Amino acid sequence: MSEPVSALGGVTWADGIAQIAEIGPQGMITLRGDFDDPEFRVAVKNAVGLDMPGQRAVQMSGENTLCWMSPDELLVLCPYGDVAAMLAALTSALAGHHALAVNVSDARAVFRVTGPYAREIMAKLTPADLAPDAFKTGMFRRTRMAQVPAAFFLRETDSFEIVCFRSVAQYMFDLLKTAAQPGSEVGYF
Amino acid sequence: MLILHCPYCGVDADETELHAGGEAHVKRYGPGSSDAEFESYLFVRENPKGVHFERWRHANGCGKWFHAARCTSTLEVFGTYSAQTTEPPQEIKDKISAKRPGWSWREFA
Repeated sequence: MSEPVSALGGVTWADGIAQIAEIGPQGMITLRGDFDDPEFRVAVKNAVGLDMPGQRAVQMSGENTLCWMSPDELLVLCPYGDVAAMLAALTSALAGHHALAVNVSDARAVFRVTGPYAREIMAKLTPADLAPDAFKTGMFRRTRMAQVPAAFFLRETDSFEIVCFRSVAQYMFDLLKTAAQPGSEVGYF
Repeated sequence: MLILHCPYCGVDADETELHAGGEAHVKRYGPGSSDAEFESYLFVRENPKGVHFERWRHANGCGKWFHAARCTSTLEVFGTYSAQTTEPPQEIKDKISAKRPGWSWREFA
């Protein structure tokens, strides 16, 4: 078995107004199905150990996170090594249902932006409303960051996690570094 | 900038998150249809000044297609609604009637 390699090899940067790190490899499973189907909900609960997240929200517990991607799509974040087992559990629990579970771990890159200015750095790059009372811990948003699609959520106060396509990982890292240049505080939030 | 409410993920998405998909409620004519019907499906569009119905996709977001009713001359948005329909819901029509009495668009009024 070959060693998994994340997009940027876990690069970190802390010379600016926030800490930026590529975290990974991160296990990721795309899960599509009918959210209104009770059996789908039970299958997800049993396999991932988390309740269904509400609209544009995440459920977090331990190392697993369940993200709401769209009205028929979830994203499971779990340790890289757990993907195969979780995928097998999901596939067998959802057999016979109109549902799909796919391992997308190596197709994406994950970043973490941490620090008191994390919210400001994100707000510089996305059209999403990141006012503290509009975007709170546990909320999830799929949007655009500069020129690339991205999804992010607030894992805890001042700590954003960003998921983007692996092919744009370097762009995303450069973008975050630029937005976090020393002296670039705006002080809006 | 145009801001549309995505009826699927509930986000007030600005134009840069969206992708325009052309005119809404275009009826597709398949095998057995006349040339004129197929031409209407391919080419004939309303392109109005005023009340208009369009398709949009929340491309940098939940990825879903939806419909929007808006005014092409003032950019006022009357509302957005699900893509799983062949005509605007009554609620949207009522909203337009309140602001543009006597409007009509194709067979809708």
